[in-house]
Amino acid sequence: MIAPATALRTRHLLGIQDLSAPEIQLILQTALAMKEIGTRPIKKVPTLRGRTIVNLFFEASTRTRMSFELAEKRLSADTLGMTTSGSSVSKGETLLDTARTLEAMAPDMIVIRHGSSGAPHQLARICRSSIINAGDGMHEHPTQALLDAFTILERKGRLDGLKVTIVGDLLHSRVFRSNVLLLTRMGAEVRACAPGTLVPLGMEALGVHVTRSLREAVTGADVVMMLRLQLERMRGLFLPSMREYFALFGLTPAVLEHAAPDVIVMHPGPMNRGVEIDSQVADGPWSVILDQVANGVAVRMAVLYLLAGGEEAGER
Amino acid sequence: MPIVMDADRMARSLARIAHEIVERNRSLEDVALIGIRARGVPLAERLATELEKITGVRVPTGALDITLYRDDLGRPDGPQPVIRSTDVPFSIDDRLILLVDDVLYTGRTIRAAFDALIDFGRPRAIQLVALIDRGHRELPIRADYVGRNIPTSRQQSVQVRLREIDGRDEVEVEG
Repeated sequence: MIAPATALRTRHLLGIQDLSAPEIQLILQTALAMKEIGTRPIKKVPTLRGRTIVNLFFEASTRTRMSFELAEKRLSADTLGMTTSGSSVSKGETLLDTARTLEAMAPDMIVIRHGSSGAPHQLARICRSSIINAGDGMHEHPTQALLDAFTILERKGRLDGLKVTIVGDLLHSRVFRSNVLLLTRMGAEVRACAPGTLVPLGMEALGVHVTRSLREAVTGADVVMMLRLQLERMRGLFLPSMREYFALFGLTPAVLEHAAPDVIVMHPGPMNRGVEIDSQVADGPWSVILDQVANGVAVRMAVLYLLAGGEEAGER
Repeated sequence: MPIVMDADRMARSLARIAHEIVERNRSLEDVALIGIRARGVPLAERLATELEKITGVRVPTGALDITLYRDDLGRPDGPQPVIRSTDVPFSIDDRLILLVDDVLYTGRTIRAAFDALIDFGRPRAIQLVALIDRGHRELPIRADYVGRNIPTSRQQSVQVRLREIDGRDEVEVEG
C-alpha cells in the first residue's frame, strides 16, 4: 500500500502523467470520503461556496459533463456550462480567444473537453484558473482513469499486482492512455488486446503486453475493461466489418470463462452492445459499469476539492 | 513541557462526565454520541462504554469529519486538510446528540460541526462534551460537559494523546 500524499503539487489536473503514486492515492482516499456525502439526506456540502467553475465542452459528452456538474453542485460551487453549438465557437472564435474571454470573467476553475490533444495544457499556460482535463483528443482523460481505479479498488481492495486487460480501440482512446499510466504506476499488470490497425506505437515502453488474441488477453484477468470503437475518429479503413470485430474482439460470457472467477467487467461508456460487448456481459453479474458512473461523481468531487485548496496542508 | 492530564485523570474525567450526562438527561433512550475526527471519535466510544457501565444501555456512536464545513478553506493562506470519512450510521432526527471533541478552543470547529450535523437531520438538541477547554473563544459557544479547564496563551498548543491513536493517554501543553 502506497502512503497518500498530503496535498497535490499542482493546481491543474492535465493528465495522469503528472501525478505521482502518493498523489493518486490521496485523490482515491479523498474520493472515499466524498462518496459518503452522496448517501446523506442533504447531498451537499458548503466547501466551494462562492467559487465559479466553467465547464467548457467542445466535444459531445453526457456522463462526464453531468458527473462534473453534479460534483460541482454537491460542493456548492457556482457552475457555468458552455457547449460548442450556440456559442461564439460556432461563430469562428479560436480556443485561445474563448479562453481569454472566459478568463476575463475570472472563474476559479475551468473543466475542459476538447478534440485536440494538448488543448487543456495550452489553457493552463495562459489562464490564472485551475484547469481540469475532461478529455483532450487522443491524449488523456485523467478523471476517467481515477474513477476506474476507485471502482477496482472498491471491488478488489488493491491495485498492486492485479491483472487488468484492456480491449478495443486502443489507438484512439484517451481512456486507455490514462488508465495505462495510472495502473502501471500503481503496480498493476496491464495487458491490451486489439486488431493490429488499432494498436498505438510504443506500448512495450509503457510496460503493456499487447496481443491480438482476446482469449489469451482475458485468461486469468482480474479486471476486463472494454473500450468503444471510436468510429468518429477513424479516417480510413481500420476494420473489415463490425460483425467480424464482434466475432474476434467482442466480450461474451464464453470468453469470460477464461478470466479469474471473480473477474469484473468495466466500460467507460457509451457502450455499443453487440460490437465490443455482448448484452449478457454488460448486464451480467460481472459488470460494474454503473458503479463506475456513480463513483465518477465522488472522484470528481475529490479532484475539485484538492485543486481548490490553499498552498499546503495544515491542521487546525 | 507540562503534562496537565495523565491516563488515570483522563479516565476519571470521562467517568465523571458520563455521570453528569446521566444526571442531566433522564433517559438515554434517544441519546447518541458523535465524535469529531480525529480524537473526538475514540473519546465518544469511551463515553459510550462509561454510560453503559452506569445504565446498562449502549447508546449509538458516530464519527464526523468537519473539514468540508471549515470557514478557512480556500483562503489564499488557508490549509487544504486531508478529508477523512464521516460515519453516522443512524438517523439523528429527534435525538439528543452529544457532540464530543478533545479540545475546545476558538469554537470554529464546533460551528462547522453544527452545520455538518444539520445536513444529517434535525436533532432534538445538541450538547457539547470537551475533554479540555483551553479558552480563547471566537464564537459564542460553550461546552455542557468539560473534563478540565486549562488556561493557556494563544501561542501555546494543547496536545491530546489517546491510546487508540497515539499509544498512550495524556494531555500536554506545549510552547
